[in-house]
Formats: sequence, C-alpha cells, structure tokens
Amino acid sequence: MNDAGTATPLNEEPLLEVDDVTLQYKTKEHLVTATYRVSFRVHRGDRFVLLGPSGCGKSTLLKGVGGFLRPVEGRIRLNGKPVEKPGPDRMMVFQEFDQLLPWKTVMQNVMFPLLTSRRCSAREAADRARSYIEKVKLAEFQDVYPHMLSGGMKQRVAIARAMAMEPDILLMDEPFAALDALTRRKMQEELLQLWSDIRFTVLFVTHSIEEAIIIGNRILVLSPHPGQVKAELNSDHGHATAGDLAFLALQERIHRMLFAESVEDMKVRT
Amino acid sequence: MSVTDRPAITPPMRAEFERQTLDARNVGEIVRPLSHWERITNITGVRRFFILVLLAALWQAYSVPLDNPLIFPTFTDTLDALWKGIVSGELPARTAVSIKVLLMGYAAGVAIAAVLTTFAVSTRIGTDLLSTLTAMFNPLPAIALLPLALLWFGLGNPSLIFVLIHSVLWPVSLNTHSGFLSVSETLRMAGNNYGLTGIRFVLRILVPAAFPSILTGLKIGWAFAWRTLIAAELVFGVSSGSGGLGWYIFENRNELEIANVFAGLFTVIIIGLLVESVVFRTLEARTVRKWGMQR
Repeated sequence: MNDAGTATPLNEEPLLEVDDVTLQYKTKEHLVTATYRVSFRVHRGDRFVLLGPSGCGKSTLLKGVGGFLRPVEGRIRLNGKPVEKPGPDRMMVFQEFDQLLPWKTVMQNVMFPLLTSRRCSAREAADRARSYIEKVKLAEFQDVYPHMLSGGMKQRVAIARAMAMEPDILLMDEPFAALDALTRRKMQEELLQLWSDIRFTVLFVTHSIEEAIIIGNRILVLSPHPGQVKAELNSDHGHATAGDLAFLALQERIHRMLFAESVEDMKVRT
Repeated sequence: MSVTDRPAITPPMRAEFERQTLDARNVGEIVRPLSHWERITNITGVRRFFILVLLAALWQAYSVPLDNPLIFPTFTDTLDALWKGIVSGELPARTAVSIKVLLMGYAAGVAIAAVLTTFAVSTRIGTDLLSTLTAMFNPLPAIALLPLALLWFGLGNPSLIFVLIHSVLWPVSLNTHSGFLSVSETLRMAGNNYGLTGIRFVLRILVPAAFPSILTGLKIGWAFAWRTLIAAELVFGVSSGSGGLGWYIFENRNELEIANVFAGLFTVIIIGLLVESVVFRTLEARTVRKWGMQR
C-alpha cells in the first residue's frame, strides 16, 4: 500500500478541495470558531487523516465537508462543485454506536441509504448490501437487529452501509474511538484491508497519533483553539511497521508538533 | 498530616506463575435449564391471571355474606348478568356504538396530532404553537368542554367526537413531540446524510426513532378517550340514538339493576384490558421490543 502516493501524478485534479475554511458554531452562550483558514486537498485513493487534540475543530471540519455546517469563510469543493448540503456522495461514519437505525436489521440498514437515495432498485440494493456485509465479515448477522450486536460489529455495519453507497469520499469521525483497544486494532487492520481491496477515498478524523500513522497515507496536523494547519505529513506505516524506528520517529515528530508548548514549559522548569 | 509525612507503603514482592485452567467439566453446573415452576412463573400472563383470580375470589368472599344485590352484587351474579347481556345482544350492540364513536374520535385526534407535531418539528413557530397549545389544553378535562360542544354541534356524535379529539390530541402530541426531540443528533445527521429532508425525514427517521414515546402517547390517548367517552355517555348518552356503554350503565342504575351496572363496568374494564394487553402489547412486541428500544 506504499505505492498509492507516488503512483498518482500530482497534477491530477484533487477530489476534495478545502480552501481557507473558517468554521464557526454557536453554543448556548458562545460563538466558537472551530477552525481558522484551513486548507487541504484530498486526492482519489487518499487515506487522509485529520489529526489534532480535542478542540482543534477536526470533527467540525468533517461536518463542514459533510455539508452539515456552512463555512463562514472559504470554500469546500468536491469534484469542483461547492458543498452546500448533506448528500449521499459523502457518506459519514460516526463515532457513536447509535448511528444505525435500531428498527432495521443489519441488511435493511445497509440497504436503506441505497433505497432512499433511489440509487438502485430493491434487488440491486440487496445484492450490493449483501456483498458489502460479506466484506465486513458479518454475513451471518445480516438479519439481526443492531441492539444484538457488539460495538465493533455495529461500527462494521456502519462502514458497510457507507461503503455500499460507493460514495465519492467516505467521512469517518473517530469511528473506532469508542471501541476497546483490541477491537480497535482489528478494525484498523480490516479498514486497511478493505482499502487495498476496493481503493476508496477516506477522510478520517482521529485524536490518536498512532492511529493516524497507521491509517493515513497523508496526515493533516491541526493545532487547537482555533484549529489551524500545523503540518501535512506523509505516512507509509501499517500495523506491520508499528514500533520500528521510522514509525517512532514520526510519532515523536507529531507529538512534539502538537505539544511543543508544554515541552517548552517542562524545559523551563527543569 | 501532609502527603509526604505518610509512611511509605510498598507492596510485597511475589513470585510470578502461569498455570493451565482446570477442565470445566469438573466445575459442576455451568448452564442449567430452569425448573418448570420457574418457567411458568416467568410468563407475565400467568402471573397477571393469578392476580385476577385472587381479586375475583376476594370479591366473592366479601359480597356473599353481605347479601345485598342492590349495593354490591356477587361476582357470580355479575358474571351471570354479563352473560345474559351478551347473549341477548344488548351489551355487544351498546359496546359497538361506543367503540365506533371512540375509534372515529381517536383516529381524528391522532391524525391532527401527527400534522401538528410534524409542523412543530420542522419550524420554530410550530414548536412554540404546540408547546403553548398543549400547556393550555392538556390540563383541561375533556368533559368540561362537553356543554360547549353540545352548543356548537348539537346532541349527537359530532359533540362526542369533538371531546374525544380534545382528549386524544394533547397527550399524543406531547409525547410524540418529546419523542422527536429526544432522537439523537447522530441519527438525525445519518438521515440527512442520505438526503432525507422534510416529510420523508419525519416519516423514515423521526417516527420510528421516537416510536417508544409515540406508543406511550397512543396508550395514554386511548385511556383518556375511553374514559372521556364513558363519562360523556353517562351524562349525554341518550343523544346518540341507541346509546353506548355509558348510557347502558346509567339506565340500569335508574332501574336498580345493579348487577347489570357491574356487567357494564366489567365490559369497560375487559375492553380496556384487551386493548392494552392484546393490541398495544402486540404492537410493542412487534416494534420497540424487537428493535431493542424497550425491554
């Protein structure tokens, strides 16, 4: 999977263009500026990771790309067209387990967006749903209701549901954050396996440096309050190389980038 | 004593070990089937039936020594009157009259509630309208509107249906709306993500997601409607030609056929139980329970 970045010539049109995007949202008492003039480009086949500590606006940025939030400044374009509202060309996978519709079986959940977006007939939808459910290894659970599944299985259904739509870009908002460590690792491996099988484009939000290095081929490092781009890095590590020197060096480099201030504080004190 | 003054506690060093787990067959029972008694008492219907039998026995035990059919007929006398009422066809006819009016009022109330809550969930002014209206009218007993209804719609079914709508509309709207509000942000975003908006979003995401609350609203609405109808018939039942169950109770009291009064009340209770334990329970089992949204 190391060849993805180098194999594609850079002059190709980017899939997603985010230019100087400032996002704000309102809470009961405050107007919060989540990101300030963030720019990045995602190309087809990218596993693009938005990485940063809490408060860096990475989830808000993903919502902006999803069309749930309009930027107050800047432009978000997908395939050259501005993103204006949510749509099935950008499928979201959320962190929360309750993103599945509890009144539908696994199969019906995966079919639901296919049918509501009128993308294909009931028969095609069933076929496609079945093949994606197989891909996430849940074939024997296809007629089960979500409440009978474990957290990891629910996330797999959500991934299958999003991928069955074959969207232009898959938006994943810390999809493995609520899982236990062992399941998380397994899901990361499976996601990478799926990527090398199908080659989709994914925009992946995480606050874990390790996860970013393992999942991503391109990592956008964001600083908090408000979120601004600190760096954009390449990564060609998977689980196999996790822990080797290059991996650790990259991890250390990002860590220093994100926590530079606190490191300086420590130096002053000692 | 500050933290640093405390004596240092060090856990003792212990040897490490690894071992094989025991053969599970020696542990004894791991999975044991429940006994027949446990299984039978686990059936809700059986336990409830037992309570009913107990209540009937208490009734009989109290009323037989009392021996006053004008005040408190025995359980067996009531059953007898009920049986005669059913066989003569009078009770079923009266019940049919009541149920027909009830269903019309209930359906109209639920339909209006659906429109009102859809409006409330899609616009802010709709929310304000619904909250204000429910705050005003929910505490107002439907029966209190009956004199006014008679003035507007005259003697007859329209008046009854008007008060029925009033008794159903507010609890159903209130529960449905609070159900809609409690639908998680994630589900809403998922729905929007598929391109669902407007009425399709309400029908395909909000309604099923809020179904536990909606069902509660429907149940409360049913109970309110049933109560309101019997009370209204007791007062103005003669209006609708043959008269419903409430009027049957009222007539028989006037004729001092107290066993028939009890039989009428019994019918009211039985229908209530049937709707609760058959209609709503089936609906629950097929929906919210199956979906794991309610135990």
